[in-house]
Amino acid sequence: MSALQFRNVTLGYDRHPAVHHLSGEIASGALTAVVGPNGAGKSTLFKGIVGVLTPFSGEISRGGIDPREIAYLPQAAEIDRSFPINVFDMVAMGLWRKAGLFGGIGTRERDVVERALSTVGLTGFESRGIGTLSGGQMQRMLFARLLLQDAKLIVLDEPFNAIDTKTCADLLELVHRWHGEKRTVLAALHDFEVVRANFPDTLLLAREQVAWGATSKVLTPDNLAKARHMCEAFDEEAAACAA
Amino acid sequence: MTIYDALIAPFAEFEFMRRALVGVCALALGAGPVGVFLMLRRMSLVGDAMAHAILPGAAIGFLVSGLSLVAMSTGGMIAGFVIALLAGLVARTTELKEDASLAVFFLISLAIGVTIVSLKGTNIDLLHFLFGTVLALDDPTLILIAINASITLVVLALIYRPLVIECVDPGFLRSVSRAGTPVHLLFLALVVINLVSGFQALGTLLAVGIMMVPAAIGRFWARDITLMIAITVASGMASGYAGLVLSYHSGVPSGPAVILVAGFFYALSLAFGSVGGLARQLFPGRHLEA
Repeated sequence: MSALQFRNVTLGYDRHPAVHHLSGEIASGALTAVVGPNGAGKSTLFKGIVGVLTPFSGEISRGGIDPREIAYLPQAAEIDRSFPINVFDMVAMGLWRKAGLFGGIGTRERDVVERALSTVGLTGFESRGIGTLSGGQMQRMLFARLLLQDAKLIVLDEPFNAIDTKTCADLLELVHRWHGEKRTVLAALHDFEVVRANFPDTLLLAREQVAWGATSKVLTPDNLAKARHMCEAFDEEAAACAA
Repeated sequence: MTIYDALIAPFAEFEFMRRALVGVCALALGAGPVGVFLMLRRMSLVGDAMAHAILPGAAIGFLVSGLSLVAMSTGGMIAGFVIALLAGLVARTTELKEDASLAVFFLISLAIGVTIVSLKGTNIDLLHFLFGTVLALDDPTLILIAINASITLVVLALIYRPLVIECVDPGFLRSVSRAGTPVHLLFLALVVINLVSGFQALGTLLAVGIMMVPAAIGRFWARDITLMIAITVASGMASGYAGLVLSYHSGVPSGPAVILVAGFFYALSLAFGSVGGLARQLFPGRHLEA
């Protein structure tokens, strides 16, 4: 069964494609890295998957789940760090799907939040304001929230940027745990070492699909050189695409 | 003059003072929490813009049926809702940000209002519009203010969770729920009804004062939002009471007096507030070990 299916998907901005004619599928329970140079369309693809962006053409099917059931960690989270809210409440947002507008956060839910915090190594941070967290602690907190979302499909946009190796290793452990629980995980990454060591499958994207399959077959010098040569800038004079 | 004479007698002796006190307390109760959310969403001046948007609606109501509470309030609310809705929708569907689209719409609304008034050629009692009449609150007005405050508290309780999430992490709310836009529009509606309340008591120019100044005070004393709202409401009520006393003894117009007292509390908070106040920043004490 496939968790995600792309049928000739083109996504972009202002009629310019950022992901061009992508077709393929991601099996349920797969652990896939999406790599490619800056401007390759990784974030755009993820926005299409979670339904923030509607494709110009083609179709994305999500194996019957609603886009809102996907746990999504955007690259530039629009978090207002000056807002007076503590780490506990922030992580508890992950219970939205269960608690919704009015559901109470009782003893059981508090336990669940505590456990998530201890899993990411933030025990003792419950009542700290989010404005006092370091970059790595912030990312740990967001992973705790993802954990509570209990989603079948988890989409992580460059989750390990500007994160030290220890934090990165801890969070990767979580990714492996999700993989072990048969959840489908997609992550945009730049560190090929991390990809080779942790992700069985890779999609190499450079606006168009360069290669897609087993990581060892995708991350070859040839493919990477090809990806680097695809141009980054939109051509303002580009004609309408016939395909 | 005894303390009783100074602080309690004005209210014990005069009914209009009691009414004014009830009015400003109800206003502080409804407008305070709304002001806190406006401030936290960096929309502090949106209240001001909305107040201008309400003015033409109220003026049209006045032209149609004179100094009638119902007509002026209805006119004001309709104008406010329309502007809030249009600005909110434009901001969410186009590249134009909320503040810019609001600026456009409230200016158009103001221009329409002024045009209509001048075409009709009536001489409106401008002072009433600009500064309100907190010392002449009649029963219907008090009831209107009380109803608006009650609606505000109930609706805020209902939308509290998504509203907070939308403030901290709008992207997250969008990814898990469709509630964002309706919650935002409901919140703008609350801004409008509280401004219409405040408009009756304090006038269009100062209605925003009882909403934003107490919220700014709360920011200096609390790190979590519940306490912030409590402090905001309390300081709004305290400003209302002290402002009325000040105005009673000194003859200063009551609406401005209320806001001036709030401004004084703000200055104190700015200087001595426990969260980011100036004194704390200048004399932080020795740094800690860890």
